[in-house]
Amino acid sequence: MSRSPVTDLYRIDDMLTAEERAARDLVAGFIDRDYLPKVGRWFRDGKFPMEVVPTLAEMGVFGAPLPTEYGCAGMNNVAYGLILQELERGDSGLRSFASVQTSLCMYPIWQFGSEKQKRRWLPEMAKGRAIGCFGLTEPDFGSDPGGMRTRARKDGEHYVLNGSKTWITNGSIADVAIVWAKVDDGDSKSIRGFLLEKGMPGFTAQDIHGKFSLRASFTSELSFQDVRVPAANLLPGVQGLRGPLSCLNSARAGIAFAVTGAAIACFEGAREYALSRQMFGKPIAGFQLTQEKLADMLQEIVKAQLVSLRLGRLKDEGKVTPEQVSLAKRNNVKAALEIARSARSIFGANGITDEYPAIRHMLNLESVFTYEGTHEVHTLILGKAITGLDAFGG
Amino acid sequence: MKILVTAKRVEDYESKIKVKPDGSGIFLEGLKYKINPFDEIAVEEGLRLAAKHGGEVVVASVGGKEVQEQLRHALAMGAHKAVWVNHAGPLDQLGVAGLLAKVCEQEKPDMAILGKQAVDDDQNQVGQYLAELLGWGMATFASKVESLESDAEKAKAPGLAVSADGKAVRVVREVDGGLDTLDVQLPAVVTTDLRLNQPRYASLPGIMKAKSKPIAELTPAGLGVDVTPKLTITKMAAPPARKAGIKVPDVATLVEKLKSEAKVV
Ligand SMILES: Cc1cc2nc3c(=O)[nH]c(=O)nc-3n(C[C@H](O)[C@H](O)[C@H](O)COP(=O)(O)OP(=O)(O)OC[C@H]3O[C@@H](n4cnc5c(N)ncnc54)[C@H](O)[C@@H]3O)c2cc1C
Repeated sequence: MSRSPVTDLYRIDDMLTAEERAARDLVAGFIDRDYLPKVGRWFRDGKFPMEVVPTLAEMGVFGAPLPTEYGCAGMNNVAYGLILQELERGDSGLRSFASVQTSLCMYPIWQFGSEKQKRRWLPEMAKGRAIGCFGLTEPDFGSDPGGMRTRARKDGEHYVLNGSKTWITNGSIADVAIVWAKVDDGDSKSIRGFLLEKGMPGFTAQDIHGKFSLRASFTSELSFQDVRVPAANLLPGVQGLRGPLSCLNSARAGIAFAVTGAAIACFEGAREYALSRQMFGKPIAGFQLTQEKLADMLQEIVKAQLVSLRLGRLKDEGKVTPEQVSLAKRNNVKAALEIARSARSIFGANGITDEYPAIRHMLNLESVFTYEGTHEVHTLILGKAITGLDAFGG
Repeated sequence: MKILVTAKRVEDYESKIKVKPDGSGIFLEGLKYKINPFDEIAVEEGLRLAAKHGGEVVVASVGGKEVQEQLRHALAMGAHKAVWVNHAGPLDQLGVAGLLAKVCEQEKPDMAILGKQAVDDDQNQVGQYLAELLGWGMATFASKVESLESDAEKAKAPGLAVSADGKAVRVVREVDGGLDTLDVQLPAVVTTDLRLNQPRYASLPGIMKAKSKPIAELTPAGLGVDVTPKLTITKMAAPPARKAGIKVPDVATLVEKLKSEAKVV
């Protein structure tokens, strides 16, 4: 689909470097040529298309912001955000795969791993030959991960893991799982990250079925029964909730960029449809009510893009704070979700089918609203930053 | 072996092109630009030949500073260096060929691979002029025997077959109703057709590396080429808008209309 010039009303393109635009356009080309023609089918079948992994790997999408010495592209965070935007314009399931691989797995290995762990995993993951997943959420602990029950008990040169994780993206297809667990009888300060490998005895994964959202992505439960993990598989560089939260912070910044892709897909699709669909003898785009919807969409897209671009620049300058990330995630996901709903209404009855993009994005964005810190949790983070008062309870 | 390829900057074929009411040109606001798709096939073929036989790929483009974007695209795909002929004014096909001929004299490639035409003005002339100016052999509309779904294509095998002694290239040409096979002595000019290959995606590491690859800047004056156009565009017009279709009530009416109005049966 060609992007109409009105989508970049604010000439945000001019604020990007040539490399940032080239990175975005590269991924956009792949999405238009190889992904969008088939996404409806994948979503319907509830499958993540493994066949796209080698192409994305060849393009250098996985671990794109990590350094070249580990086989990565060494791009900045703005370029990486724009890549995610284009992946999400394809489908949030594809973007989730890339976010998990890059921000939730490769990033912690790079940031907190030993040199040996980095050499072993990062080049393989960049090439898409090893797939990662990130296990933090548990059946009884979602927004409050500090309460997690999964435990790792030290036993000589091993840790023995017991517990379970749920809602884990890529869980069943992962070669390596980063699992966060409390050590021995410790509290949340004892939390450590462990690299669990596929096939370790006692480690199993099972897909969650019946999803109406992120259908073109695998979401799984992980279970650990006396899984013996060599001590060398512990991430040495971090301890406590800071570990998982810093990964999430890095992923969330990407999500702020990404969801604009879904919003653009919905806006472009709805605009085109409204211009061609005739009712009462004229295009529905000619009615004021439709125009108001389109104007609201564009206005929110422009704002979201400016927020994420600024966030990316702050990140590249090493000045980003968690509150800034919360504001961007909170604003942009909500905006994208409302744009998708509004676009859905412009498509009329056609809008409820997977022939048109709106409902797929709308359903996907419900997950994005909840994961990587629910909308409400980000409200509380901002509330605390504004008032100094902690409203989390506990 | 050294291969020179071209990278013309053209309007993205997905952009909506609008002709100005006075016919003096098209509206440029909001247009997106890309490398000419036939040139992208030329870059891909050059890279495959260089991978198979060793050597380097030099990409050239003529235009204002914005054409550096297309040169960087080719560099991100893997081309080794770029030559930019800086010229922002009017230019016709002979002018471009004259500049490329001088670039070829400097770079001394074994082969120059160009798109058979550019999708903006569809002239299909530059390759032919270039061969004439250089006095080289020429093969236009290069295609390949294997299909774009074949294993050879998946293995990124070149469609142009360089002879064992490196003195000639075998080119399969697409012609009306069939294929035509030519052996051309090197150095030669080859122009690409659509089915020669499926160009690779560039890569993000490629984009980063392209930043530090050299782009040599030349000018028509420096090359000693007078590019005053011999061709001027007097008027542009959009093709007549297609009339909306009609619905007919039954087959009999359809057959009647096909006879009387469409005159096809
Ligand atoms: C498709 C999908 C993929 C996912 N992938 C992963 C993954 O790869 N790895 C992983 O670890 N997790 C993953 N998750 C899990 C996700 O991070 C959690 O769902 C999220 O943290 C919320 O937890 P919960 O679902 O248990 O909701 P709960 O925490 O039970 O929250 C339910 C509701 O209560 C609200 N709430 C909770 N606490 C408060 C409070 N103090 N104040 C106000 N409101 C509150 C929430 O905002 C929400 O509206 C995924 C989830 C989905 C849907």
